Amino acid sequence: MRFFAMYRERAGTSQVDMDLPEGATPEDLMARLRSAFPSLPTGSSALVAVNSEYADPKAPLHQGDEVVFIPAVSGG
Amino acid sequence: MIHITSEPLNPQEITELVRKNGNGAVVTFLGVVRDQSEGRRVLHLEYEAYQPMAEKMLHQIAQEIRERWAIEDTAIAHRLGRLMIGEISLVVAVASPHRKDAFEASQYVLDSIKHVVPIWKKEVFEGGEAWVGGEEKGAAPAH
Repeated sequence: MRFFAMYRERAGTSQVDMDLPEGATPEDLMARLRSAFPSLPTGSSALVAVNSEYADPKAPLHQGDEVVFIPAVSGG
Repeated sequence: MIHITSEPLNPQEITELVRKNGNGAVVTFLGVVRDQSEGRRVLHLEYEAYQPMAEKMLHQIAQEIRERWAIEDTAIAHRLGRLMIGEISLVVAVASPHRKDAFEASQYVLDSIKHVVPIWKKEVFEGGEAWVGGEEKGAAPAH
């Protein structure tokens, strides 16, 4: 699990490892993160990327997956 | 050519990469740090990227340009880190035989960067700072 931009600042860290039960999804992970890091932004607008690709937040994760929540982007 | 770097960008060098004898039109866009935003005086910007994914997405955008406009010659360079007023944050150079395709394709690249590429900027202004984002709320990227 890696944090960027506002998520990184609010979490106070750029990376965290999490043990999740079999079949857990990015949504489940987000729920856990919110209790571990109560200062994370509460809006649900962030998209999720798994292993560097946009992914379905309801699709089960696998051992070793890298998950990143992508808040609204603002490059350019 | 796709490049994400903390080093200053050189638009001339990047433009040369797409210049070929078959290309009659070369469009180069520069994104430049401006000195004010929503009435606030901006001091500098800080850019951050989820770099492996951002590079992957930029390659994907270049591929889309290839498929849609048959344009082979695209160069995209984005800078990260602290940028002062007037510095160049983004260079997009697109070349094609005719100008219409080059303009359309470069517009497409810019819109895609604004919507799907995981790069973020923070504005540091007089009296505070804020992550920029959500300004194009209606246009969520496709999954």
